[in-house]
Amino acid sequence: MDVSAPPAGKPSGYVSSAMLQQQPPPVSTTGPIAWARAHLVGSVGQVLLTLFGLWVAYVVIPPVVRFFFIDAVFTGTNRDACLPEKVGRDVGACWPFIWAKWNQIIYGFYPEPERWRVNLVYALGVVLLVPLMIQKVPGKRLNALAFFGIYPVVAFVLLTGGDLGLRGFLLSRLGLGGVFTNIGQAIGLRSGFWPDYVVSALLISAIVAAVAPVFAGNRRTAGKGMLVVFAVLGVVLAAVDIPFGLTSVRTDLWGGMLVTLVIAVTGITASLPLGILLALGRRSQMPLVSIASTAFIEFWRGVPLITVLFFATYMLPLFLPGGVSIDKLLLALVGVALFASAYMAEVVRGGLQAIPKGQYEGAAALGLPGGLMMRLVVMPQALKLVIPGIVNNFIGLFKDTTLVLIVAIFDLLGALRAAFADASWATPTTVVTGFGFAGLFYFVFCFGMSRYSMALERRLDRNHRH
Amino acid sequence: MSADPILAADVAAAPPTAIELVSVNKWYGDFHVLRDINLTVKRGERIVVCGPSGSGKSTTIRCINRLEEHQRGQIIVDGIELTNDLKRIDEVRREVGMVFQHFNLFPHLTILENCILAPTWVRKMPRKEAEDLAMHFLTKVKIPEQAGKYPGQLSGGQQQRVAIARALCMRPRIMLFDEPTSALDPEMVKEVLETMVSLAEDGMTMLCVTHEMGFARQVADRVIFMDAGQIIEMNEPNAFFSNPQHERTKLFLSQILH
Repeated sequence: MDVSAPPAGKPSGYVSSAMLQQQPPPVSTTGPIAWARAHLVGSVGQVLLTLFGLWVAYVVIPPVVRFFFIDAVFTGTNRDACLPEKVGRDVGACWPFIWAKWNQIIYGFYPEPERWRVNLVYALGVVLLVPLMIQKVPGKRLNALAFFGIYPVVAFVLLTGGDLGLRGFLLSRLGLGGVFTNIGQAIGLRSGFWPDYVVSALLISAIVAAVAPVFAGNRRTAGKGMLVVFAVLGVVLAAVDIPFGLTSVRTDLWGGMLVTLVIAVTGITASLPLGILLALGRRSQMPLVSIASTAFIEFWRGVPLITVLFFATYMLPLFLPGGVSIDKLLLALVGVALFASAYMAEVVRGGLQAIPKGQYEGAAALGLPGGLMMRLVVMPQALKLVIPGIVNNFIGLFKDTTLVLIVAIFDLLGALRAAFADASWATPTTVVTGFGFAGLFYFVFCFGMSRYSMALERRLDRNHRH
Repeated sequence: MSADPILAADVAAAPPTAIELVSVNKWYGDFHVLRDINLTVKRGERIVVCGPSGSGKSTTIRCINRLEEHQRGQIIVDGIELTNDLKRIDEVRREVGMVFQHFNLFPHLTILENCILAPTWVRKMPRKEAEDLAMHFLTKVKIPEQAGKYPGQLSGGQQQRVAIARALCMRPRIMLFDEPTSALDPEMVKEVLETMVSLAEDGMTMLCVTHEMGFARQVADRVIFMDAGQIIEMNEPNAFFSNPQHERTKLFLSQILH
């Protein structure tokens, strides 16, 4: 209708006479043709880019497919299967090399009769993790407790063999070792550890309860809380101390995917809670907490991971008193976890800064005390905002685990490189095949994390649109 | 509307003096933002605070639940004096509900979860009981059917009514409103004001910063006019609107009443 110029002699007002019905959109704005027009051939520049993309795909994809699949060798027992002279044609990837070294790549030098333990740890991990990641499966609380609380202890016992033979707890270090050893032997224990532990736990809980009022705490709850902490710690220590009859496997025999996953999973699961604590610490009103957190974060962000690993493995023993040796893998685990948590702290802090003041005020006005406010209102929103950053860190950490190679821990890449040295598999394409396989391994895990995080983001986004 | 039995019982149990401000002073750095504020609010009293922006009216009511700290003077809420003692602050906040200009609902929780969060965690109410209470108040603000939705899916007026219901779920004895309709589209102001009027009819003690003068005339027992950090004039609404005494009040009213 024409509303531009009112007809002469009529008033210039306009009153709508009917509500207009919704009509279908023109064909040119929907469907595949419209999509192609909008995304592939909309302008001269787009046409050129589309052609360039096709050319890149043409140059890259066929040779890769040819190398890894068409020209590849899939069966064989030694290098002869993959040597062009023997086969009489161009040879691509030498897959029999991977099959032959499979066990080394997966388990490192983990003793063969004990490998069922590693498999069991893998299987348990999958069984516990998969339902945790699927929203619809009920019992998340129990599942999380099993995965984050019980699984690490079980995995530790299975992988190392447990049976640590703990000697003494706190009081033994203070010169009471003899007394507790006697008590322990009197009641049929291997050492004085458990009598020492029980006495120490009671003593410390009593002290905590006694000083609780100084920090505006309740005597009963503080003492009880401390006893609960000791009880949980006691169960964990008992689990790693009791001899289950498993053969002990030293960590320098571990290798391959086992080491990669142990370091990555430990780093990932430790870095998030530690990072959250550090981020909260850095924003704390208490200067001591804030300065300590900031110093920690800046220190660990300021040094390269390689330096950390190198220092922990080769320099730290020089400073320790003689006879004290700490497991190399354990040092690497701690180093990686602390390193990753410093990065995580800054990601989480970014999320915290994006939460408007109104959210804090809304929670405060309802009478929620600081801790609950953080846990129930602020943190869930902040973490959701920084999921991309968190997963970025997880993925970076997963790939950084390869750096442990520098301190002679043989992760997946290390095991692979050791396998390259085997003369019976020396062929022109062995190394490329190996690295291709390693690349695929890391890609599958990292891409998996990436896709899962995107699905998680979409799910959370669907819930609360702003 | 008939009186809400839950609210009426809570208000009846409250002490006769709801809020007492004695010579309250506050500074932001060097800026003297509240100057010698004296105010006594009786149980069941409805007070409207108005004034130009920057006059300290929001700051005053935010001091009452300690979202802002005052530096001198006394604030006694429901018989509890506000000091640095965190326990007392939490105690006061449990008894004082607050509704904000920008709602401040928690976007990651459903409407029902918003309402039961504080009752279950702070009052340790069983979940079922908290849900029943939440549905009671959501019905009161006329949006029980939205309980399962997220705040982002509601209109501004609906969100503000949820905010009122959420505050009521803590069974407060005093309600503070900080410009509850200022961020709303004109069509939604009415539904929020109606909710507030019905609260007033239930006898709730209310302290309300607003520029809705119609609301002030209808429900307020007293209207307070603030400027430059002090109370300039305080009177019952008829006298306040028809016969303002102070020059500043006259100027202000001539600007906002057309």
